[in-house]
Amino acid sequence: MNLFCVGLSHHTANVAKLERFADSASAESIVREAGCTEALLLTTCNRVEVYAVSQRRISTGEIARCLMRKIDTDPHDYAPPFYRYEAEKCVLHLFRVASALDSMVVGESEILGQAKRAYESARKSGAVGPCLHRLFQRAFRVAKQVRTHTDIARGAVSVGSVAVDLAQRIFGKLSDCRVLVLGAGETSERTARALISRGARDLRVSNRSMDRARELAHAVGGRAVPFDDWPAHCREIDILITSTSSETPLLTRDKLAPMLRERMDRSLFIIDIAVPRDVDPTVNEMQGVYLYDIDSIRSVAEQSLALRREQVAAAEAIIAEHVTDFVDLVSRGLNPASQTAKPPSLGENSLRASEL
Amino acid sequence: MRFNFFAIGLGFIFQTAFLSVRGHELGRCPLTNLFEVFIFLAWSVAAIYMLVGPGYRLSLMGAFTAPLVVVLQVFALIAPIDIRHPATLPANPWLEFHASISLVAYGAFALACIAGVMYLVQERQLKTHQLHSIFYHLPPLTDLFAAITRLLWWGFALYTLGIVSGFFTGHPLPRVQVVAAIGLWLLYAAILQGRHLRWLAPKRVAALCILGFSAALTLLWGITFTAQIHSLP
Repeated sequence: MNLFCVGLSHHTANVAKLERFADSASAESIVREAGCTEALLLTTCNRVEVYAVSQRRISTGEIARCLMRKIDTDPHDYAPPFYRYEAEKCVLHLFRVASALDSMVVGESEILGQAKRAYESARKSGAVGPCLHRLFQRAFRVAKQVRTHTDIARGAVSVGSVAVDLAQRIFGKLSDCRVLVLGAGETSERTARALISRGARDLRVSNRSMDRARELAHAVGGRAVPFDDWPAHCREIDILITSTSSETPLLTRDKLAPMLRERMDRSLFIIDIAVPRDVDPTVNEMQGVYLYDIDSIRSVAEQSLALRREQVAAAEAIIAEHVTDFVDLVSRGLNPASQTAKPPSLGENSLRASEL
Repeated sequence: MRFNFFAIGLGFIFQTAFLSVRGHELGRCPLTNLFEVFIFLAWSVAAIYMLVGPGYRLSLMGAFTAPLVVVLQVFALIAPIDIRHPATLPANPWLEFHASISLVAYGAFALACIAGVMYLVQERQLKTHQLHSIFYHLPPLTDLFAAITRLLWWGFALYTLGIVSGFFTGHPLPRVQVVAAIGLWLLYAAILQGRHLRWLAPKRVAALCILGFSAALTLLWGITFTAQIHSLP
């Protein structure tokens, strides 16, 4: 019996190649066509992988043909670089994938959910047996442990998430924060949505075009305010997201100073994502004002990624421990998941050292 | 973080046991020399942390509090300051209340100082856009400032009680000590008043907490040291 993984990811293929395999097969069809005992298909925007167990050795080409089945071109003309991991290396690879160490953005949180959905879909179709069941249950446990015991998922890496992270470090709970969106661009909309998703309730939108302001306000559940009134609102708000197309700064020290006096000592967090900038950079020197333009947000995202990369070694150590333990348990014929989950249909005796 | 809290809790139990044994031995509150004062201060810091830390979800404060407690205790143990009084000092409830309540107030000021350091570290990172690993572990600025304000009020109230009770001890107090203690009281009163009237920005209040506690420690050392010199034969 063989446990193996065949796939391609952002490491080996570009989006054009990857997208040709999206939804082209299912775990059930792979079991049927390639003759596997068990199979699971994991597809994301930058990964297409088949995890399978088989009695006989199934070649990479056979799996690739299953994946390419619905493509109109001749498979021989189109052979993306598939990788293949077997036995212990397959276990290691899955644990790394589930823990987001193999992701394009190290430490991202989506992959775990995607892996769980792939497992659930394969389980419902009956393509998952005891071996993949145990393997994936352990992978989910490892991923959770890695996220809890390391800083791999710390820090934000997109404009919206950086803004939310910083706002939470200044204000704590965002439910009491008042937000003004100045300029109804796409990035400011995403940033506003990110803040709302973390609890911000009072959201105001101001734009030169009142119609566009109303449209965005309606979309995000806020209220539109006339563009001429935005300075008055600055006295009340806690977070300002600005992205207008103004050629000169809208907010300078001179304009902000009287507003700050009326705000007492409440902090003001400004996210300036406009190019050219809407806010004079010297505003950041003012007491209680935290100004982040697109460059500083990018720099924060890079720092977060660097921090995550520093955590890779610690995460790898946790994974290595689990791989050894998992292989050991399987080789001794024990069921590492028996206490927490009921394995599906196939027999217990199929798990032996020979699998790995 | 939970480990932090339990570790400090365990240390606190041992400190309490030590102070209790010492108190029984002396037949009074164990605040007769600089050694006991430092141990009592470390105990107060740990006690206030255990009251405040979990309440304000400032668990990381333990990581800042523990080193301060260690420094106070190590200094007390290493420095030759455990000088026994030649004669047993008579028990004086007012004096003991004055000394102990003042030291608990110092504990609150110490915690306010620690929260001030945390505030300045977090504020600096936010201003300079240089976010280090600690940034994601420190509490939000708003929460830290709320903790600073409450600790200052607690410390100030206890310190006021300490000063007032000092006048009932029946001992003539050295004028320098009285002036310095009132000076410290005025400093904290000014910080709180400045905060109340919004004259002082949160960052300034945080910085003044550090200054205030440094002044408090100097005063404490001065008071205890001079008292010890005077009591020597």
